Amino acid sequence: MQISSMHFKARATQKLADPDLREALNGLKQRFVPGRAAVIAELDNFEEIREAAAEIRRRTLEHLDFFLETFERKATERGAVVHWAQTWQEANDIVLKIARDNGVRKAVKSKSMVSEECALNDALEGAGIEVVETDLGEYILQLGREPPSHIIAPVIHKTRDQVSDLFAEKHATPRKTDIGELTREARERLRPHFLQADMGITGANFVVAETGSTLIVTNEGNGRMATTLPRVHVAITGIEKVVPTLEDLATLLRLLPRSATGQSISNYVSVTTGTRGDDEIDGPQAFHIILLDAGRSRILASEFRDILRCIRCGACMNHCPVYQSVGGHAYGWVYPGPMGSVLTPNYIGLENALDLPHAATLCNQCGVVCPVKIPLPELLRKLREKQYERGLRPKRERAALRCWSFLAAHPRLYGWVTGAAARVLSWMGGDRKRIASLPFGRGWTEGRDLPAPEGETFRALYARRGAR
Amino acid sequence: MRVGLFVTCLVDLMRPRIGFAALSLLERAGCEVQVPGTQTCCGQPGYNSGDRAGARKLAEKLIAEFEPCDYVVVPSGSCAGMIRAHYPELFSGDPPWLARVERLAAKTYELTDFLVRIAKLDSVPGEYHGTVTYHDACSGLRELGVKAQPRAMLAKVKGLRITEMTEAQACCGFGGTFAVKFGDVSTRIVDVKCDGIAAVKADAVVLGDLGCMLNIEGRLRRRGDERTQVLHVAEVLAGAGRGSS
Ligand code: SF4
Repeated sequence: MQISSMHFKARATQKLADPDLREALNGLKQRFVPGRAAVIAELDNFEEIREAAAEIRRRTLEHLDFFLETFERKATERGAVVHWAQTWQEANDIVLKIARDNGVRKAVKSKSMVSEECALNDALEGAGIEVVETDLGEYILQLGREPPSHIIAPVIHKTRDQVSDLFAEKHATPRKTDIGELTREARERLRPHFLQADMGITGANFVVAETGSTLIVTNEGNGRMATTLPRVHVAITGIEKVVPTLEDLATLLRLLPRSATGQSISNYVSVTTGTRGDDEIDGPQAFHIILLDAGRSRILASEFRDILRCIRCGACMNHCPVYQSVGGHAYGWVYPGPMGSVLTPNYIGLENALDLPHAATLCNQCGVVCPVKIPLPELLRKLREKQYERGLRPKRERAALRCWSFLAAHPRLYGWVTGAAARVLSWMGGDRKRIASLPFGRGWTEGRDLPAPEGETFRALYARRGAR
Repeated sequence: MRVGLFVTCLVDLMRPRIGFAALSLLERAGCEVQVPGTQTCCGQPGYNSGDRAGARKLAEKLIAEFEPCDYVVVPSGSCAGMIRAHYPELFSGDPPWLARVERLAAKTYELTDFLVRIAKLDSVPGEYHGTVTYHDACSGLRELGVKAQPRAMLAKVKGLRITEMTEAQACCGFGGTFAVKFGDVSTRIVDVKCDGIAAVKADAVVLGDLGCMLNIEGRLRRRGDERTQVLHVAEVLAGAGRGSS
């Protein structure tokens, strides 16, 4: 996926002006926020499960090499082939080689954000292989040639009307507005692809070390078709997705769909272990699992390790006031919202995503909903520190901060300056006691007034009171 | 008990009356209130902008100023949260300081939290004849667990009725420098908050943080709402607010 994370501010401004997006994002909030709250309320020990889940993820990352090797051994025993990819390019090359070796002409895909990182579809198409997205949301995006804007609900930025137009245009059928009919139309288009495809490509929400299995959580059943119908199944995921045991998996699954879509459990939880056995009637003849690093081991060794606990539920973005206002495309790369603002600078470089660590109010709504207790605001703050240290913030901002801390460290001077500021601003406020336009704070006054100060500082008044 | 009042830089500059309201409430609760004259800023702007060294310098200053007090009380959830939740992180890896920081953090309270849990103030002089709705500021709520406390205190105000808006706990979009850096995004967020306030038709929105106060008041007025008051909980409790009739 093309990277445009440098332009968050400009893109955010653009997105704010889009009324369709506003409607769509409002829909997301109305659905996912109360949905999550309701199913969380069903659990009487949610906080305990949350702590247990965080602990599973912490422990796994602590011994990541061990669990990955165990996984490789178990998966291999069951007939799968495990590949290690250091970079996105390597991952794509591995998929292309598998495709070539197996004479693959068509691939069906179920949703995978890791494949978005790699821009796998472009690589496949470049090699002359037809690739069809089969998750309804991803299918719509592929028709419209757009990137996803959410990790769980990739097409959340579109309204139903926009989808109706798109289908009518691309399918050359009469325009439909009923969601059921639209879905049926997509399904009819997809069915032959499933039957013709030589390769099924999926992600993996988790891979299980104990059994060598990969697992996907879906709601549409397309994932299950992609893993069973084609001759070759390729599952691609990040190295951080390993969980030690099925028992651990069960704990994480109590939280994932609840946090993501507000479901106690998703419609499908598909665990795939090995290739088709002699006595089995379905499943692929070849099963390849690609485990991607692409920056993860570097993050593991850094102070940003906590972000690798992420189970990609999307709760942080669903609850983020910034995401709710501008949507996912403003963030400019695969992962949006708070988790994206931590991941993107770590993956593509801090200097390529300057706005993202600052594109948050640090309200910590993300931190309190995260099912694996990732301290997202803290990680954003750490990124800000890195930017400051590396001189990646504007000179004016640095000067202002230095000025402030100098001033605040010198109370007499501080009292004098703030006293003067209080008087000037109060005078500027006039009778209405508010300032409509500030030359040095336009970001503030473009959308709101600045209530004027009372006129004298507390310290001045208090000192006078003491003197009486 | 000797209580140090940290009025915060925004109250000092913008709304001294909130500082005096807090002072009078603490005195009413029987505290011996000390207001260190050299106090300035807790270091939050630097801390949240990546200037760790600058933040640390101001934190050291504040710690020295308030260390002798039995308690430190702050009429702001975000500044109290800075001391309680973030100072220990700021000094992690520096054991001699860390011990001092942890002692200070443990005795630092947001104003209403202190009045309810420590001072157990059972009556307040404030009167407010009207309906108010309470906005939960982010740090107070999610870092310090301040939610029931301001409501419990407001319930003691004669004539005051509380009505809850939807999403009282949602961020108002202030976020410190965020409001200036991403002014338009911030404005969209505060608009949602203003819609929530408008929907309950309260006479005032009451809150416990200056940042949110300036943000919400500024946006309400820009939207043309001249009626809804925006009040700090301290002024309502102390009766220093403008009061509705
Ligand atoms: S950071 Fe937490 S809340 Fe956000 S997607 Fe990851 S697991 Fe979910």
